[in-house]
Amino acid sequence: MTMFYQIVTILIAAVATLLTRFLPFIIFKGKKIPKALDYLGFALPASVFGMILVYALKDTVVLSYPFAIPEVLGLLVTTVVYLWKKNTLLSIASGTLFYMFLIQVVL
Amino acid sequence: MNDKKAIEALKAAFPNTLPILAGFIVLGMGYGIYLRSSGLPVWYPTLTSIVVFGGSLEFLLVSMLLAPFQPISVFFLSLLVQARHIFYGLTLLKRYRGRGWKSIYLIYSMCDETFSVNCSTPVPPGIDEGWFMFFVSLLNQCYWILSVTAGSVLGGVLSQYSEGVEFVMTAMFCVIFIRAMEKKENRISGIIGVSATLLSLLVFGKSVFLIPSMVLILVFLFLFRKEIEKGRAPQ
Repeated sequence: MTMFYQIVTILIAAVATLLTRFLPFIIFKGKKIPKALDYLGFALPASVFGMILVYALKDTVVLSYPFAIPEVLGLLVTTVVYLWKKNTLLSIASGTLFYMFLIQVVL
Repeated sequence: MNDKKAIEALKAAFPNTLPILAGFIVLGMGYGIYLRSSGLPVWYPTLTSIVVFGGSLEFLLVSMLLAPFQPISVFFLSLLVQARHIFYGLTLLKRYRGRGWKSIYLIYSMCDETFSVNCSTPVPPGIDEGWFMFFVSLLNQCYWILSVTAGSVLGGVLSQYSEGVEFVMTAMFCVIFIRAMEKKENRISGIIGVSATLLSLLVFGKSVFLIPSMVLILVFLFLFRKEIEKGRAPQ
């Protein structure tokens, strides 16, 4: 593919992306938000956070070595430190460092 | 007056973006190195991270750039991969609109990480909400563009000691999820999110499960609407 077509390809991906980002705002531009959507604005965030968490874990190897152990323990440390100290950055750092220690040194 | 408002918001936004800085340095440099190693021009990663700005699609784009020109499949694959933005937009509809030029940038720069922070972080008292969300978005995109460019220009190998740093993103999503679940009124919908996505991952496999997950989540949220609305503060 020549550089021209490569750039066209990148721009097509960009246009499709912009479409997914702007679509809801274009559809509801200047309109009062319908009740059902207002409900989604309240109920969706928690669902979507759950969805993103699972999405982030989609490449985890579960059925063979290391059997998702680093991920499970890394998230466990993150969760425990968060519930204990209620400090977001501290819990993310502890979980990540523990995960790195597991995959670099232990497993 | 306006300047002071902006600077205060920048100061308040910055700490909330630190985990993303760590994650983007690793993922972004990884992407820059990966794209370069496939023989494409050095400035492509910078271009894609400005106009596309979406990690998963940018990685996929590399193989599409090496294949023969196929505009229609590129378009539809991009729509599929990025469809979750429609969900984010629906969620942030109220908070993102009506902010003039900032709205345009907020919508254009939407990504998983920015959505999660802007949607889950209460804006500190006295800080302007529009500027706060704007700086979260801007900082995150800058981290990505700079890391990607650095990876592409410097190439080479990431330090071996950094193996696993990308888990910082997963840990961040985990904490954001826990913070949401601490509130009683979020529990049902949080459980729906995780179980619908897991179910659809098991049934459809990891390359196409997001769209069915989103459909399932919508179905369940409306099935349990009565129960979920009960926990909602009257408006």
